[in-house]
Amino acid sequence: MASRFDIRRQTGFTTIAMICFFALYLPIVTVVVYAFNAGSSIAIWEGVSLRWFYQAWNNDQVVDASMRSLQIASVAATIATIVATMAALATTRTKPYPGLGLKYAFINQPLMVPEIVTAVALLIFFSRIKIWTGYSGLGYLMAAHTAFCIPFAYLPIRARLENMDLSLEIAAADLYATPWKAFRRVTFPLLWPGILAGLMLAFVISLDDVVITEFVKSGGQDTLPTYMLGQFRRVITPEINAISTVFLLISILIVTVFFFISRKKDQE
Amino acid sequence: MASAEEVAEEAERRDIRDRWLLSAPALIIIFLAATGPLLIVVIYSFLTPGPYGDVVWKFSTDGWLSVVMQRDIFDDTLVFADAHLSIFWRSAKLSFMTTIFTLLFGFPTAYFIATRPTRQRNVWLFLITIPFWTNLLIRTFAIQEVIRNEGIVNTVLIKLGIISQPIQMMFTDFALMVGMTYVYLPLMVLPLYASLEKIDFRLVEAGYDLYANRFQVLRRVIVPLVKPGIIAGSILVFIPALGAYVTPRVLGGTKNMMLGNLIELQFGQGRNWPLGSALSLSLMAIVMVALLFYVRSAGRQGGAHG
Repeated sequence: MASRFDIRRQTGFTTIAMICFFALYLPIVTVVVYAFNAGSSIAIWEGVSLRWFYQAWNNDQVVDASMRSLQIASVAATIATIVATMAALATTRTKPYPGLGLKYAFINQPLMVPEIVTAVALLIFFSRIKIWTGYSGLGYLMAAHTAFCIPFAYLPIRARLENMDLSLEIAAADLYATPWKAFRRVTFPLLWPGILAGLMLAFVISLDDVVITEFVKSGGQDTLPTYMLGQFRRVITPEINAISTVFLLISILIVTVFFFISRKKDQE
Repeated sequence: MASAEEVAEEAERRDIRDRWLLSAPALIIIFLAATGPLLIVVIYSFLTPGPYGDVVWKFSTDGWLSVVMQRDIFDDTLVFADAHLSIFWRSAKLSFMTTIFTLLFGFPTAYFIATRPTRQRNVWLFLITIPFWTNLLIRTFAIQEVIRNEGIVNTVLIKLGIISQPIQMMFTDFALMVGMTYVYLPLMVLPLYASLEKIDFRLVEAGYDLYANRFQVLRRVIVPLVKPGIIAGSILVFIPALGAYVTPRVLGGTKNMMLGNLIELQFGQGRNWPLGSALSLSLMAIVMVALLFYVRSAGRQGGAHG
């Protein structure tokens, strides 16, 4: 068949796109491949081995930092999702009321300000509180993470809510359901995918954070990302590659689930 | 007896009150751990630096003054602080160039994805999303592995006999450029795709019917249609690039500081918290101007099409 004139074609675009995909994945693949290097260099290949995974697994600092990361992310993502769900219920499906714009501005504020500025602000504020109260536990990191996770949890929940009709809840109220019962039996089951998406988004955002954690943490409170940042200043062994690979795997897993949840939403 | 109107009014008042109660926890957390501390930064920028970091509670405008000026150590006159201004300038320049490069690479990529059959699109989109959600630190580390002296690029070039000595790319502005373009590319592709996906290709066809060539169609039909996406993507890349901290710290070394690193320095070795606060607020002001510009142009776009 003779080649038809394709109106969508633009010269060179496919080539550039392919270069982009190649360039996006080449570095990541390199990191993963060298995680399995038998030698102790991240540049010279000396055969396949799992030794760096074992080494990372047996490195107390790495295990400690990982557990701390998971602990902070779990607490921050859970609280952020709960309060974001409440806030989303309070700011959608209504005619504008006084203060609504202010609420939007507040909830999105952590997205508007550069992370380094928030980090500095929290450093100043928390160092004062540390002096006043003498408390220097993980609470500061958890509070900071919760705050910047809220807008991320809020977005998918709000998007889901805006596509939900109020009529079902009104019907529930007509059938003498209390507001709580209507929420539990009607709103929540419908809203569930949005809440789950928000929770996962918040979890990944908290897990990935470097800048704010780096400024807020007290001594001995390294999370996995800040631990890795500290290691970059030293001689790097494939142990970092092994840690990155596991980290990558967890992120991809969460993103895949998230992707399928939000795609399902589109198809409904 | 309350009239129906009064009952309705009362119900509405209660509804609004409930809505405030429901949103209160989120608002309080954000106020305590994000917005409130920013106000404290404003206060700190007007105080005097303490000898071991922190501040002394004495009013001073030196923090703000040192953002652009410095006192000459010999005759106490004020001169422009070249060191700070050059870092401001480098940050702005690098962020702007990052925006341009991500646009040059991101536009064809987004266009490619948007013109795939619907089923394939999700796969390509997913391939963009994965690096987007991969930890920034891991991606920066990955770029480092590629451009190091012993990295892939140098190894391949030496094996091919093109160069005999590795090219020093790490710790240069070039490394920062490559790193930031790599890190922020998905942020450009996603909004561009959202705009490109909505293009009505009948308009493109009309362009060809009117004897436009491919480039004219691109410039006169496609680009104007996706302008909102281009602006959104540029803002999404420019703002985090301007405040970048991790990428310049890992790839740039000490000589290639950006604003984020200059700010950190004041809270570390510099021991000048007021100056650090003033620098942070300056960065925030630039970002706010960029956002304002975005909101205005987005509003204009909406008005033109709506």
